[in-house]
Amino acid sequence: MWKWLHRYAKAEKSYELAGKLMPWFLVLALITFVVGVIWGLAFAPADYQQGDSFRIIYIHVPAAMMAMAAYSTMAIAAFIGLVWQIRLADMTVAATAPVGAVYTFIALFTGAAWGKPMWGTWWVWDARLTSELILLFVYLGIIALYNAFSDKVLAGRAASILTLVGVINLPIIHFSVVWWNTLHQGATITKFDKPSMATEMLIPLLIMIVSFLAFLVLMILYRFRNEILQRESHRPWVKELVKNSIMLKLRG
Amino acid sequence: MAFTSFSDFILMGGYSFYVWLAYAVSLLSIIVLIVNSVLKRKKIFRQVIQRIEREERIKAAENREDIL
Repeated sequence: MWKWLHRYAKAEKSYELAGKLMPWFLVLALITFVVGVIWGLAFAPADYQQGDSFRIIYIHVPAAMMAMAAYSTMAIAAFIGLVWQIRLADMTVAATAPVGAVYTFIALFTGAAWGKPMWGTWWVWDARLTSELILLFVYLGIIALYNAFSDKVLAGRAASILTLVGVINLPIIHFSVVWWNTLHQGATITKFDKPSMATEMLIPLLIMIVSFLAFLVLMILYRFRNEILQRESHRPWVKELVKNSIMLKLRG
Repeated sequence: MAFTSFSDFILMGGYSFYVWLAYAVSLLSIIVLIVNSVLKRKKIFRQVIQRIEREERIKAAENREDIL
């Protein structure tokens, strides 16, 4: 029944599949981004306590959530890669790390720009902020480790092990606002209760979360294709593909 | 609409610096990520082209030796 999955374990098929999926995620990411940003910046009502500064939430929360989602994806891929020795899983780890790192940076930076007017400081060494900073360092560590080996099989294995070690940070980030006293406010959406946010504010936030998710998938697919091309660059199908793309360029 | 005029919108209720800083830096980070990914793809393409050319040169050289 699951035999059809087999052919996607082949790099060439996966490259094609990723290429077919990319336009859909591009369109979804663009539409939700435009709608979400305009809605969040101009149409959502101002917060009664925080005024218009709360509009930073529309990038801060999606970036932070998807930075963790990216890490979970990476961890699952790393596990699959280590246990079943599937090269494509290693490539997924390598493709996801830079996107996750950028999202984590965005979450940290927008958090600082929001903290300054609300808390009176860009940065405090409290549990949520520090664990998020550690997430950024873990991401950078994984990227650096992967690039440190010229043998990409070895690189994939090392990066996957580091990824699995770093998983311990995920629950710490999520529950940091519960376990410790912190300046950071508690969860708004991800809890077993009604979201503590007015609907007019919540809808654009959900749209932005979808946008960040779609863009995350898009960038993973793009970089995944890069990884495949890099590792298969000696294979005839890659040479054929590159030759065809040059022909297209010369004609166009 | 949460604002009465465009200048009102730009002012962001007095938080313009922080709001626009956050949005600008985020957009810039995203652009850097996209450019990095595209450049990487182009670099790989260049490497493959170089490899093809080298192989063709070797093949041509071998053919010449056969003739000699």
